[in-house]
Formats: sequence, C-alpha cells, structure tokens
Amino acid sequence: MGIKGKVEINQQWCKGCKLCVITCPTGVLAMSDDLNKYGNYAVVKNPEKCTGCALCAVMCPEIVIEVYKQKKVVK
Amino acid sequence: MNNVSEKNLEKVFTRPKSMIETEFHYCPGCSHQIVHRLIGEIIDELGIQDNIIGIAPVGCAVLAYDYWDIDMSEAAHGRVPAVATGLKRVKPDTLVFGYQGDGDLAAIGMAETIHAANRGENFTIIFINNAIYGMTGGQMAPTTLPGQITSTTPYGRDVSDVGYPIKVCELLATLATPAYIERTTITTPKNVLKTKKAIKKAFQYQIDKKGYSFIEVVSSCPTRWGLSPIDSFKWIEENMLKFFKPGVFKDF
Amino acid sequence: MAKKVLMKGNEAMSEAAIIAGCRHYFGYPITPQNEVAAYLSKRLTDLGGVFLQAESEVSAVNMVFGASAAGARVMTSSSSPGMSLKQEGISYLAAGSLPCVVANVMRAGPGLGNITPSQADYFQSTKGGGHGDYHIICLAPNSVQEMADLTVLAFDLADKYLIPSMILTDGMVGQMLEEITLPEYKTPDDLPEKDWVLGGAKGRERNIARTLWLYPEDAVEKNNILLQERYAYLQENEIRFEEYLLDDAEYIFTAFGISSRICKGAITRLRESGIKAGLFRPITVWPFPYKALEKYSLNKQVKFFFDVELNAGQMLEDVKLAVNGNKPVHFYGRFGGYVPGIGEIIDEFNKYV
Repeated sequence: MGIKGKVEINQQWCKGCKLCVITCPTGVLAMSDDLNKYGNYAVVKNPEKCTGCALCAVMCPEIVIEVYKQKKVVK
Repeated sequence: MNNVSEKNLEKVFTRPKSMIETEFHYCPGCSHQIVHRLIGEIIDELGIQDNIIGIAPVGCAVLAYDYWDIDMSEAAHGRVPAVATGLKRVKPDTLVFGYQGDGDLAAIGMAETIHAANRGENFTIIFINNAIYGMTGGQMAPTTLPGQITSTTPYGRDVSDVGYPIKVCELLATLATPAYIERTTITTPKNVLKTKKAIKKAFQYQIDKKGYSFIEVVSSCPTRWGLSPIDSFKWIEENMLKFFKPGVFKDF
Repeated sequence: MAKKVLMKGNEAMSEAAIIAGCRHYFGYPITPQNEVAAYLSKRLTDLGGVFLQAESEVSAVNMVFGASAAGARVMTSSSSPGMSLKQEGISYLAAGSLPCVVANVMRAGPGLGNITPSQADYFQSTKGGGHGDYHIICLAPNSVQEMADLTVLAFDLADKYLIPSMILTDGMVGQMLEEITLPEYKTPDDLPEKDWVLGGAKGRERNIARTLWLYPEDAVEKNNILLQERYAYLQENEIRFEEYLLDDAEYIFTAFGISSRICKGAITRLRESGIKAGLFRPITVWPFPYKALEKYSLNKQVKFFFDVELNAGQMLEDVKLAVNGNKPVHFYGRFGGYVPGIGEIIDEFNKYV
C-alpha cells in the first residue's frame, strides 16, 4: 500500500510556531534541530504516516505547507 | 512496502492564487495570517479577485495590502467603515470588505462601526478580536478581559475603573438593520473551517445584496500575551470564549 | 442669454457641485451651512446620486476618502468646529493625492463660538490644519456668483492636480441672496479619465489608496517631494486675485471674502473724498498671490497697505510676507461674529492717513 499523502514545508519562511506539529493527527511533523533565520522550524519526521489530511496546513499561519494526497484510484 | 510512485499524488493544499507570494510580517503563530489565508481562499473560490476592494485598519494589519493581490485602501485609525461606505456607495457592484482589530473597531472607531452597521451598508466587516493592541506594544483594548494584564493595565484590567470588555456582536445584534453577525474562533482546524464558512457566507450575502455582514474572529496575540502560539489558543478557549461566546447573533 | 436666478450662497455652491458633475456628498449638520445638505439631499436623490448624512464630520470626511479613491467627484461641507474634526481626514486626502471638494462656511470661534460669520479659519485652511507638510487649494468667494463659479473651478483643479480643494467662505456669503447666472452643466464626458481608482482590478495592475509606507525607507520622503513639487507648480500657475482701482492707488486695502465687499464700499466713499484707495483681493488664498502683491509694495505711489479681516489678523501675515517691509501694513479686524460697517473701517483707516 503506497504513501497516502505528502507535505512539503518552506523551511526558510516557517517561524517555528509548532501549531502544525501539535495538530497533525499521526505525528508526521517535528521541530528541526538546526535553525533558520527565526529559530527551529517544522520538518517532516515520519513521512510514511502522512495521510494528506492537510490539517497542518489549515492551522499554519505562514502558508508554508503544501499538501499532496493520493488520487482516489477508481477500481 | 512497495513504494507506489509519487506521480499520482495531487496537490490538495497550497497558497491561494489571490495571495501574493511573500512572507508575512506578523509574529509567529499570529491569527491574522490564518484569517488572511481564509480570505484569500474565499476570493479564489468565489472568483472575485478582480471585483473586490479590501480596506486595511491601523494596527498590526495595516500592511494587509502586501498580502492580497486585489485593490486595497488604507483608512485612518477607526475609519474603515467610513472609507468602506464611500467606496461602496460609488461602486455598489464591487465587493468591499473591511478588516479591523479591536482598537480600530471598538475603541476609536466605535461610532463608525455602529452607524455603518445601522445603515445596513452592503459590505463585510471582519473583526479580529485579540483583546489587546498589538502593533503599539500590548495596551488594553475594549475587549481586554477582566484582570488581564497589559502594558496599560499592569495590575490587570480593573472593571471598577475601566469597565468590562465590550461584546461587539451582541451590541450590533441589537440593531435592526444588519443582515448577518457571527462570532467564531481559529483555535482548532474545525474552528478555522467554521471561520472560513462564516466569512464566505458573509461575502455571499454581500454578493446577493442582503446588506451588512459582520464576522468577529476571536484571535490570539502570542507576543503581547506573553504566551506561546499553542498556549495562546488554550488561553482563548479557557478564557476568551467564556466571555466572547461563538455563535450566530443575526442572520436573515 | 443664460438665465438669471436668485440664490443663497450655500445653495449656489450646492447646485454648482451638481453642475461640476459631483454626484456624491457626505455631510453632517452644522450652522451656518445646513442649506447645503438640505439642498443636495433632494437634488442628488432626484439625480440618482448619493447623499449621505454621516454620524460625524470625522466619518463624513473619511467617506469622502473612500468615494474619491473610487474615482467619484465627491464633496463634503461643514463650518469651523466641524472643519476642525475633518483636519486629519484632509491630511490623509492630501497625502493620498485624492481629489475632492471641501467647503468651510466659517463661523465665529474659537470653541463653539457662535453661528455668525467669521474668517478665523484662514490659518487652519491655508497653512494646513492637519498633520504633516501639505496644502490644499483654497478658493475664497466674496459673492453668490463666485460661490457657484469657484465651486466648479474647485472640482476641476482638484481632479487636474489630484489635490483636495476648499471653498473657504463664511456665514454671510453663505446665507446672502444674490442674482447670479449658473455656469454651464458639465456632461459625463467633460469629466477627466481616472486610471488610478479602486474598483476591482479587472485586466489591470491593482491600485492601492495609501498614505503609509514603512519601506523602502525613502518612500514617504518621495511622497512629500511629489507633494511639494505639486505645490510649487500651483504657486506658479494657479494663482487668482482681483485688482480693484489699483492703477493710481496710494492706499491699498487687502481683504478676501465678505470683508472685501465692505472694503469696496469704503474705497468708493474714500474716492469720493479724494483719497485714492484700491483693493487687492486674493481669490486663491492658497496658493497666495505673493508676487503680485509684492509688485504693488515696490510701487512708489503706494503709501501703506490696510488689511481688513473678520479675525485677529491672519491673512495679514501673508500680506506682510508679500510686502516684505517695503511699505507699512496696517490692520483692522473684528471677530466674535461682528462684521464692521463701512464708516467704522474708514474711521480706522483715517488713523493712519
């Protein structure tokens, strides 16, 4: 069973508010160890757990999360 | 686990087309940006990018015209509803929305707020209620909660001295003319989507020329509250929403 | 021959706004200019325009900001105390290069004063009553005919130079009845094209009506330079004044608005008794006719200037600037709503002869 979804984070513009990390229902995201110009930023830690539900992006104030989801394959 | 190729993944969430590709100037975790995006999404979905004018307040959102790629106007502090009235009366078929904070709308601009609503001006006011003056350093706002510490209420808001916070939705709901008044918040994805639904409905009322629509969004100000973005949302739920109850106050 | 009509100053100004193509008016009641709102509330409704009585003068002037940004020929009017409330809005309109017409039918101040005529808002109007370096065109009618003609001119100048224009009049000119001929009615295609307006960015770059720039750092300076260049151009090209019996004048009265009418009466009587007096009357009190007035101060035959106003001496300062010490400048003013008679002015004048 392939990957259901994927997120891409603009790590230069993320201001590290952590809202996406606590919102993600499956624990895909975490805070980085290194710093961007603002400090720690969100990174994808467990990509395989992403379902493409986009709740992280709904909560992201900076609009730095793009979300992809598996097209429904009509059987 | 066989890795099904990524090519049949479709993009389901991205920056709204009507929003300019730039960083926000707002603080980390600020609710303004979430509401900005919702407005951008709604403009895309209703296809109104080339027939809408936004009016920015004086406050943290004074730079809002850097974010929506639409015609925009400034307004002197508190005068968004007056500028909106002037614009809408000249261009009745162009959508107009005012975007204001609590100082702009409920302190210096309270007269404009009440009278534009009472005239039933056919435009939408989006009210960001974060119970504090952000841009100028965290002063008490008309919606600052009892006991809430701000830079001008160092010992907490003393209601015996400066009274209770003003419930703008309830205040405006006593007016006969407004068409639609709702209060929402953005503390959870469900609430964010509720806020979007409310704003979209307000824009639709405007398209249908139903009259004045007013959406109050109970919002956070992590920097001036001295809380993390996450704790700010908790603070909203544990304190603000008890005083500012979400709901529809007028809808016909 | 254009027909003559008997009209009050305030109503002539209102009809002239219609003539100029104005279809949007935002106002608030205040004596002595209530005729404007009453008149326009009917006429604009009949014409399918917009008349709106705002909740305050502050709100009204900001409605003008919005309407002007949307491209309308738009007007508001008030009187002294109300004009004080509009000063911030006027600063924004000037800074935003937004054309409009603002009328001030002056009444006695300061404070609530009373409702009788005055000219005590000269400084507020010509030196910039709001914050920042800005000016607005100020036209000072002294008759009901000029209330009409100068209002049409105010709209044209406002649109031509993207600047607020003011009709600076007073309770007497506003309330008095005179027979006038109304100017030609403008048609929509007489009105200028405006490509900078807000109205939905369809097929064009978006427009922003703004007066704030936080970056780049020099943006606000650049806006100020643009304004100052505009003002310099107006100072050179849009000055208007009346020269009355000045060719052989040995004594020159300076006055604007209603006081200039009384001075003309005094000049006639003085001439009858052999005294060669004349009047220099600024019509644009901003831009002020400094050079034209200075020319007379260099004229050997001129003995002194006699400035007459309904205030404590405001245009007096501009007269002194123009005369630049070349000749004495004397002054006679009444305030609190008193309007001096001809005899009174002559008695004062004779003290210096």
